[in-house]
Amino acid sequence: MVEGKSLGLKLFRIFNYTLLISLAVACLVPLIHILAVSLSSNVAASAGIVKLWPKDLTFKSYAFVLSKGEFLLSLWISVKRVLIGTVVSMLLTILIAYPLSKSGRELKFRTGYAWYFVFTILFSGGLIPWYMTIRTTGLLDSIWALVLPNAVPVFNVILLLNFFRGLPKELEEAAFVDGSGYWKTLWRIYVPLSMPSIATIGLFTIVSHWNSWFDGLILMNSQNNYPLSSYLQTIIVQSSLTNMSAEQLKNLASVSDRTVKSAQIFVGALPILACYPFLQKYFVKGMVLGGVKG
Amino acid sequence: MLKKGFKRQLPLHLMLLPGIVLVFIYCYIPMVGGIMAFQKFIPSKGLFHSKWVGLKNFEYLFSMPDFYQVLWNTVFIAILKIIFGLIVPITIAILLNEVGKSVVKRWVQTLIYLPHFLSWVILGGVLIDILSPSYGLLNQFLGIFSIKPIFFLGDNQWFPFTIVLSDVWKEFGFSTIVYLAALTAVNPSLYEAAVIDGANRWKQTWNITIPGILPIIVLMTTLSLGNVLNAGFDQVFNLYSPLVYESGDILDTLIYRIGLIDGQYGVATALGLFKSLISFALVSISYWLAYKIADYRIF
Repeated sequence: MVEGKSLGLKLFRIFNYTLLISLAVACLVPLIHILAVSLSSNVAASAGIVKLWPKDLTFKSYAFVLSKGEFLLSLWISVKRVLIGTVVSMLLTILIAYPLSKSGRELKFRTGYAWYFVFTILFSGGLIPWYMTIRTTGLLDSIWALVLPNAVPVFNVILLLNFFRGLPKELEEAAFVDGSGYWKTLWRIYVPLSMPSIATIGLFTIVSHWNSWFDGLILMNSQNNYPLSSYLQTIIVQSSLTNMSAEQLKNLASVSDRTVKSAQIFVGALPILACYPFLQKYFVKGMVLGGVKG
Repeated sequence: MLKKGFKRQLPLHLMLLPGIVLVFIYCYIPMVGGIMAFQKFIPSKGLFHSKWVGLKNFEYLFSMPDFYQVLWNTVFIAILKIIFGLIVPITIAILLNEVGKSVVKRWVQTLIYLPHFLSWVILGGVLIDILSPSYGLLNQFLGIFSIKPIFFLGDNQWFPFTIVLSDVWKEFGFSTIVYLAALTAVNPSLYEAAVIDGANRWKQTWNITIPGILPIIVLMTTLSLGNVLNAGFDQVFNLYSPLVYESGDILDTLIYRIGLIDGQYGVATALGLFKSLISFALVSISYWLAYKIADYRIF
């Protein structure tokens, strides 16, 4: 490198590092602020003097949140939903991806089947007919309403079928020679060999079930059946924004439950934050898997 | 070697069966249910006994003064999201690539993905707090520079941009990965050759880096065309209020309110069908273009 450039380069480096670090900070600071508010006293939070460190440290908000019956109930429903939903969804994903990873010669109508699933990404009947269908099938207020309607994640199927396709054909042929059928080959060879890919998809499914809130909101008539995200939506967002006049909205500062709301936000985010190291590790792989692939 | 024929294939077809049934019930039946758009649908009468009204629901929609405003809001927000959702991640990916392998790069990468995994309920709660005009952290920060408090979520002039910026904030880290992956695939010997030819950093970026990731930029741009009517229901629903309906109400939130709050199922379905059909055309075109330009295939 020529000497003369180094000053410009240095300035650029300084600018670049500053920009990138401030962006990273901008992604983290809001959460730290919420955490700080949730750990502060009501008085300090209402006065708006809490920044990134709790004032008058107290766990009262958390104690209050965790002692609320509805909160614990919705937490339990969320856990149930994540468990059942993930198992059902993963089973279906594997069972669909395997046949579709075969060639058209090995599976008749393969292209037809594939389009049958892909078409659902391209076109949908819309919210109201979807809601009416679920209502007609009698799932309202049942945990299955949160599991079955979205049980086939077509994007995940495509990810997994591309992975299956990449596995060497000889393994399967050897299994057939040994007398295994398709079922045995799938569970004994394909699934164990695809564990990294299945784990990635599984993590995504868990996160999406944990985060889903709208289906719970409209498909559950009774608040007692709300999963945690739907419950949080009603108490954090709805109570802040809907049915409030401009004046009330502006004066949210005087609302004394700011610390409680913050605590609830943080508890809702906690499982994701706890999984984050794993998510982080796997999802780059997942993205690359799902990238440009024929 | 292998026994051909349907009997041998049977297990494969059986594996597909549960998925086919579920998709039929919860995706295809609602598509047929779209004919509610031509009915005065009453749930207790069902699809078969509700009164047919022809195009009345559509006529009603297109005569609503709100409709055109909502359509405009949707397209405006969606297009801004598409533009910034492309520019910001590409820029950040290039800047991150300049840093080289270092602790800073790893930390920055780790932190900028974080908001992507949190739901709009959580982030909505966070933003309502942070953006509050009276005690919000952001307005306190702006106050240092003697900027008067801005009512980001309650002012029609600010609301659409608040939506776009907060969406970029949530998603840019995630989108950056795609471009970072493409950047690592650029042949390093090209840079070496450029240095020998006396090209500076700026020239290297312009003549090697950007052309190197151009195919993926073109692909992502093409695919994003399908989103022109998707302004982001989850986000808007958790951040808007009657105060900002004028600038922030979008097709999906209107469908929700007409249908599930007011119970005008036929009209809401008509609006949904309007959106679905246009989106279908847009997504089909974008996939077709992506296939033609970048040889991209869905499966």
